[in-house]
Amino acid sequence: MFLSILDVISRWAIPMLLFLVPLWGIIKKVPVYEAFVEGAEEGFGVGIKIIPFLVGMLVSISVFRASGALDVVSRACEPLLVRLGAPAEVLPLAFMRPLSGSGVLGMATELMKTFGPDSFIGRLASTMQGSTDTTFYVLTVYFGSVGVSRYRYSVITGLVADISGLIASIYICNALFR
Amino acid sequence: MLNYIWLALLLSGIAVAAINGNIEVVTQTALQSANDAVAICINLIGVMCLWLGIMRIGEKAGLIEALSRLVRPIMVRLFPSVPSDHPALGAIIMNLSANILGLGSAATPFGLKAMQELQKLNGGRKQASEAMCTFLALNTSCITLIPATIIAVRVNFNSANPTEIVGPTIFATGCSMIMAVLVDYLFRRANRRTI
Repeated sequence: MFLSILDVISRWAIPMLLFLVPLWGIIKKVPVYEAFVEGAEEGFGVGIKIIPFLVGMLVSISVFRASGALDVVSRACEPLLVRLGAPAEVLPLAFMRPLSGSGVLGMATELMKTFGPDSFIGRLASTMQGSTDTTFYVLTVYFGSVGVSRYRYSVITGLVADISGLIASIYICNALFR
Repeated sequence: MLNYIWLALLLSGIAVAAINGNIEVVTQTALQSANDAVAICINLIGVMCLWLGIMRIGEKAGLIEALSRLVRPIMVRLFPSVPSDHPALGAIIMNLSANILGLGSAATPFGLKAMQELQKLNGGRKQASEAMCTFLALNTSCITLIPATIIAVRVNFNSANPTEIVGPTIFATGCSMIMAVLVDYLFRRANRRTI
């Protein structure tokens, strides 16, 4: 039941937006195609403007991950997180969460392949995956698109939110699935 | 702050690779990810044009304005520095709604539109405004009702109950959003004191 509602929403949301907004526009006598093109024009510039910011951030994060430095850090923090009730297997995923969206999805997929989606690890990995957004990617792309390079306290806010989301995931999965 | 994080990630990565004796992985990864970054941006352009085009129609038809008016009571408290009829608020709402519904492809263009509007209020400076920090705090921690991607992965691995993680995800994202709003508020208040 719940699954079918979610399925309907995720299949229909975008077609409905594409249907209703232009329809409402023409009712309101907006020259819809001209307005569309006018708005779409901005897309190109924004995409180009982000490039230097994303190259810088992605190179640094990828080197950190591929070199094994991420594993070193997550092993160092292992005792702390295990005490909170997280199996050691999901720790790299916790550290990957704010850094790389595709990385964390790959890790969650790998864990579910190994342990099964209905294992405790599989459920915890699923919850953690959805628990926050990829903070560094969002900050880089969003600030980059308007040429802001001094992020002030938003990095700290983002990381505090990530940590809260991870701890909450560990807590709720232990409460529900153990 | 970001300067140090960026440098720490890069230097510690190179150092660990050197200690592990596979320094060539640094060269390979650095070049590859630089390429990947450009590919991501280029791929973003099409989707961005689509949604910014649709959004302009919505703007001209008065839809965005109507949406802003609907959520004004909350937005005025969260974004005291943004005028209550500013188009930035409409874009912020569209972005957060897309995030909540798990519509990743639509969320980014709306979010970038919101940033442009906020940057106009910021006078084009290189330093982030308070409203930008609040918006990104909300954006990165946003409540997710439909974690669509991970549900698809779970279905793929024949989970007996693929959506059982929806409740826990709502709880976790809720906690993270509350913390984000709180921390952001404390930072804003602390800043006001020092001025």
